[in-house]
Amino acid sequence: MTNVKVHSVAKTYGTTPVLSDITTEFPEGSFTSLLGPSGSGKTTLLRIIAGFIKPDQGVVTIGNNDVTDIPVWGRNIGMMFQSYALFPHMTIAQNVAFGLERRGIKGAAARKEVDRALEMVRLPGFGSRTPKQLSGGQQQRVALARAIVIKPSVLLLDEPLSALDRRLRQEMQVELLRIQRESGLTTIFVTHDQEEALTLSDKVAILDKGRIVQIGEPEDVYERPLTRFAAEFLGDSNFLTGTVDNGAVRLADGTVVRTTSTLPTSGSKVTLAVRPEKMSIVSGPTDDNSLTARITTVIYAGPVLSYMLETADGLPLKLFAQNRDGKVLSDGDTITLSWAPEHTVPVGD
Amino acid sequence: MQNDRLTSASERGPLGPRSRRVLPSWVSTMVLLLPTYGWLTLAVFLPLLTMFVFSFMSATPMGKAPIVFTLKQYRAFIDQPYLVGIGINSLLIGFWTTLFCAVLGFLAAVALVQSTLGKTREILLILILLPFWTNGLVRVFSWTMVLRENGFLDNLLHMIAPDAGSIGFLYTRYAIVVGLVHGYLPYMILTCYIALVAIDDAIIEAASSLGARWWTILFKILVPLAAPGLISGSVLIFIPVIGSFMEPRILGGRVGVTMGTVIEDQFTQAFNWPLGASLSFTLLAVVLAIFATFSGVLRRGTAV
Repeated sequence: MTNVKVHSVAKTYGTTPVLSDITTEFPEGSFTSLLGPSGSGKTTLLRIIAGFIKPDQGVVTIGNNDVTDIPVWGRNIGMMFQSYALFPHMTIAQNVAFGLERRGIKGAAARKEVDRALEMVRLPGFGSRTPKQLSGGQQQRVALARAIVIKPSVLLLDEPLSALDRRLRQEMQVELLRIQRESGLTTIFVTHDQEEALTLSDKVAILDKGRIVQIGEPEDVYERPLTRFAAEFLGDSNFLTGTVDNGAVRLADGTVVRTTSTLPTSGSKVTLAVRPEKMSIVSGPTDDNSLTARITTVIYAGPVLSYMLETADGLPLKLFAQNRDGKVLSDGDTITLSWAPEHTVPVGD
Repeated sequence: MQNDRLTSASERGPLGPRSRRVLPSWVSTMVLLLPTYGWLTLAVFLPLLTMFVFSFMSATPMGKAPIVFTLKQYRAFIDQPYLVGIGINSLLIGFWTTLFCAVLGFLAAVALVQSTLGKTREILLILILLPFWTNGLVRVFSWTMVLRENGFLDNLLHMIAPDAGSIGFLYTRYAIVVGLVHGYLPYMILTCYIALVAIDDAIIEAASSLGARWWTILFKILVPLAAPGLISGSVLIFIPVIGSFMEPRILGGRVGVTMGTVIEDQFTQAFNWPLGASLSFTLLAVVLAIFATFSGVLRRGTAV
């Protein structure tokens, strides 16, 4: 149980910067997701913390130790891989005991630890089987047991659930969270699945082009994205651009949109982000922000209806509504939509 | 109406143009296997059978001596006990050559797999295959230039220590092994390389994340997982090496008497083909016995 810090870490491959000047902290016992598209540097950052990649500059500390120059085997990390990476020529028990053996724990003491770890991942009695005899989900549980049995300083997860199917993935998310809470391990989780990041994490870090664009609690990052990229990558967003005018924003068509957030000085250009599910279709006049738009497509997705809209100016908008009354509106209908000023967030580019 | 048309269409099926092509499955299987087995018969089974028949003859059937079928050729090891020593010598040369090939070949294959920088892997592969492209005789004779007294090896030594004696070891068993290892190493490198390339990088990373250093990774992960490559490489090397005659003759000189050279002598010098054939089959039997003995161990090694 230790905190992990990276200080002005940078990495360049050839002439392509993969990570530029990253400074952040992963507090003791926290579960942080590194979220970003491929090529954003999230895996590189994880591998630098693990020690597989040496940063061109910067410092990595685990607890009070500067581990920048310590090789992987000396860092006391627990790691899970997308491909499970179990040792195929060893039994499950031998797999889990591998890290203990490296620490000089053998015989009965090791067996006890192995049994406890397998129990923790709900695979008691699986010790004598081989990885091949296990399903993907079970193999990933073994990988988790193998990673936590050595009592690592930090648990590093490299998209460990991506290879599992949807139902199994949700099951494993619950399991992972339970085990992380029980063990109190500082956990860093790389994923490109935004839902997974939101459900599991205490903190979400959004990476883009080798930089952390925003880091914070899931609710904070989702409700108050700082940049257009953050708003777009985490969930869906509508973007309205306009000019600041007297504490509100005037759009190109003259509509005035209010927000509870602080706006830049009058006259400057600003982009506002509004989540599609914060908008609703209204029939009468409203005190909230509102716009008129024409429905281009209605997508029926069971519990949710997605409306693809277009304003008179040709601005595309999205609106998600709970499926309370079924599909009553159809393509081509003109509607009035409204949303609250507190859900209108100015974002940077 | 539509119903009728459907019925007639489905009835036409088995009688239609397709039905003419249907053959019983055993016929098509036989036809497809014929080239393989035909070739095996022609290239392997027939020559071997001829030699096997020869091994029971009293004399080479091309001479004037009358041919009698006999088992006496198979008593060679009893009648001429020095052949036992030669046989053991050959097996030892085979053992050491295979062992050195396994150690060097495995490490070279690991290096090959690890070299991911640019074109280094392609360049290394070509360097490894180079001995295959050189004529065997040239390769072996070039070793005599290196290993003989006042040869390249001695020159090299005398550049560092001018007063040192000769360390040239031409015409020793070591020289034979050096020549054979040089010639057969590529087999081991390639079979191990194929086995090692199949190992997921994440498995090695997982091991080092759990605290394993390079020697633990080598002996606990890479060697067991690449065991099939090591084994097939060993089989590929051991069998031709114990029958080899060129390297022992050229590099071994007086000590270079092996089963390979004895058998070759029977065919080329003594013109005693039956003895040569019987010695070959005895050697084959010994090799098969060795593999049968170790097959249990080997199978456990490959049971991944």
